[in-house]
Amino acid sequence: MTPPARSGDGALAGVLRAEAGVARADVRLWNAAGRLLLSWRTIAILLVLLGAWELYVDLGGVDPLILPAPHQVARSLYDDRSLLWSNFLVTAQEIVFGILLAAAAGLALAVSLHLSRTLQRAVYPLLMGSQTIPIVLFAPLLVTWLGFGMLPKLVVIMLVCFFPIIVTTLDALAAVDPDLLKLMRTFDATRARTFRHVELPAALPGLFTGMKIAVVFAPIGAVLAEQAGSNSGLGYIVQEAIPQLLTARAYAAVFILSAFAISLFALLTLAERLLLPWAYEPRGESQ
Amino acid sequence: MPAKGVNIQARAHTAVAPRREDREPERPNGVRVQAADRTFSTRRGEVPALAGMSLHAAPGEIVAVVGPSGCGKSTLLELICGLQEPDAGNVQADPAALMPQRDLLLPWLDATDNAALALRARGTPREQAREAARPWLERFGLAGFERSRPAELSGGMRQRVAFLRTVLAGKPVLALDEPFASLDALTRLEMQGWLASLLARESRTVVLVTHDVEEAVVLADRVVVMSPRPGRTVAELRVLLPRPRHRTDPEVVALRERALEALGVPR
Repeated sequence: MTPPARSGDGALAGVLRAEAGVARADVRLWNAAGRLLLSWRTIAILLVLLGAWELYVDLGGVDPLILPAPHQVARSLYDDRSLLWSNFLVTAQEIVFGILLAAAAGLALAVSLHLSRTLQRAVYPLLMGSQTIPIVLFAPLLVTWLGFGMLPKLVVIMLVCFFPIIVTTLDALAAVDPDLLKLMRTFDATRARTFRHVELPAALPGLFTGMKIAVVFAPIGAVLAEQAGSNSGLGYIVQEAIPQLLTARAYAAVFILSAFAISLFALLTLAERLLLPWAYEPRGESQ
Repeated sequence: MPAKGVNIQARAHTAVAPRREDREPERPNGVRVQAADRTFSTRRGEVPALAGMSLHAAPGEIVAVVGPSGCGKSTLLELICGLQEPDAGNVQADPAALMPQRDLLLPWLDATDNAALALRARGTPREQAREAARPWLERFGLAGFERSRPAELSGGMRQRVAFLRTVLAGKPVLALDEPFASLDALTRLEMQGWLASLLARESRTVVLVTHDVEEAVVLADRVVVMSPRPGRTVAELRVLLPRPRHRTDPEVVALRERALEALGVPR
C-alpha cells in the first residue's frame, strides 16, 4: 500500500516519498502538507504573477510610490524588519488568543446547544443575529468603550470566528449515527457517558474545520480592530504608512499577515492529522 | 407470581427510563413477545411495522427470525431491547444487548477499546475495561489486532469486534440484527461456524434476525418465519438437529426448504 502516485502530489512529497526509511504515515502527512503549501504548480503560478507585477512597475506602468514592485516590498521586509517584527508579534498574539478563545467558547456553546433543544431554539437566532453586526462600524465603538488595548481586538476576532466554529461543531455532533446512541442505551450508558465516549470525540473534526475557517477570518478582524484604534500591530503600521507614502512597508505588512494566516492553517491541518488520524482514514465501516 | 407478572408487564421497557437494573427479574425469563403491534407515523401516513407479532425464546435458546426485507425485524429487536414500546400487546425480556446491522465501531478507538465500550459505558475505568476485553479478543481470533483501529481491520474482524462488544455488555439476551449480512459469502460462512462454536460455550438467549434461511437453520434451535410488513409470525420450525450442523446436511436442507416455503418462495 504505497501512497497513491498522483500527478498532483507536491514536489516536496515526491522527494520525501522517494526517501527510504521514512515511515509511511509520515509520508502521508507530508504529502498533505506539501499539497497544501508547496505544490510546484502553485509556486509556478505565484512566480508568474510576481514577475508580471515586477515588470509592470519596472516598465513604468505605475508610479512605485503608488504600487511598489515586489523587490521593493522585499527590501522593506528586510529594512523595516525590527519594526515589522515587533508589530507582527502584537497582531499574531491577538489572532492566536482570539482563535483559541473563539474555539473554547464555540465548543462550549455548541455542546450546550446540542444537549439542550430548548437552549438551541432560544440561542441560535441570537448567534445568527450576531453575525449581522457590521464589524467595520462596530469596531470603533468597541474601541471607544474598551480602550486601545488587546481586549477590543479579542472581542472583534471572537465575533467573526466563533460562529463558523459553532456551526461546524454542532453539525458534527448532530451527525452522530442515531443507531450508535441506541446501542449505548442498550449498554445502560448514562447521557453523560454517551456524550463523553461517542459524541465528544465525533465533534472534534468539526471543531478543527471551524477553526480552519476561523483562521481565515481572524486576521481580517484583528486588522480592522487595530485600524479602529490602536498604537501597534500590523493594521496600525499599514494605516500609518499609507499617508507617508511608505507603500512598500504597507505591502510588506500585508504580506506578513497573509503568510502568517497560511502558516496557521497548515499548522492546524498538521495538528489535526496528528491528533485525529482516524478522521482521515477511509471509513471502512461495513454498511 | 401472577401479580408480579402483571407488574413486570406494566414496567417493562419504559422508553424514558433506559436504566433497567431495577426491573431485572430474579429468574431468567428469556424473551416473550405476545401479539405485539407497532405502527410508525410518517409523513406518508401510518406505517404498520408489526401486527400481532409473537415470539418466545427460552433462557439459553437460540431463536432465528427470518422474513422478507422490511417486515419489521429490526423493530422487533428494538422492542426486545427496550428501545421502543409496543402500541399493543406485551413484551417481556431479560436485559438485552443489541448488535446492530452495521458494525458502528468508533473509528477513533482501537479494537480493544471498541470491544470494551459497554464496560466503559457502565463507568469501568479504561485500563480495567481493556484488561477485561483482552482475553476475549484472543478467543475471537483478534490476537495481534488489539491496537488496530477499525479502518485497519477486515470486514469479518470488524464484525467480530462488534459482536464481542455486545457479548461483553454482559446481558443475558443478545439481539443480533443481521450480523453477517454485510460480509462476503466466504467470510459469512466462517463467521457462522465461529458463532456456533461460541454459543455452544456461552449460554445466552439469542434472538438472531437474518434474511439468510440457511444461516437460521444452521445456527438456531428454532426458526420463526415472519410475514411481509406488517410483520407477524407465519410459521415456527423447531431445529432438533445435533451440532455442529453443516449446510449440506440433508436435514438442514429439508428444513431450509420448509422455511422458504413458509416465506412463500416458489420451489
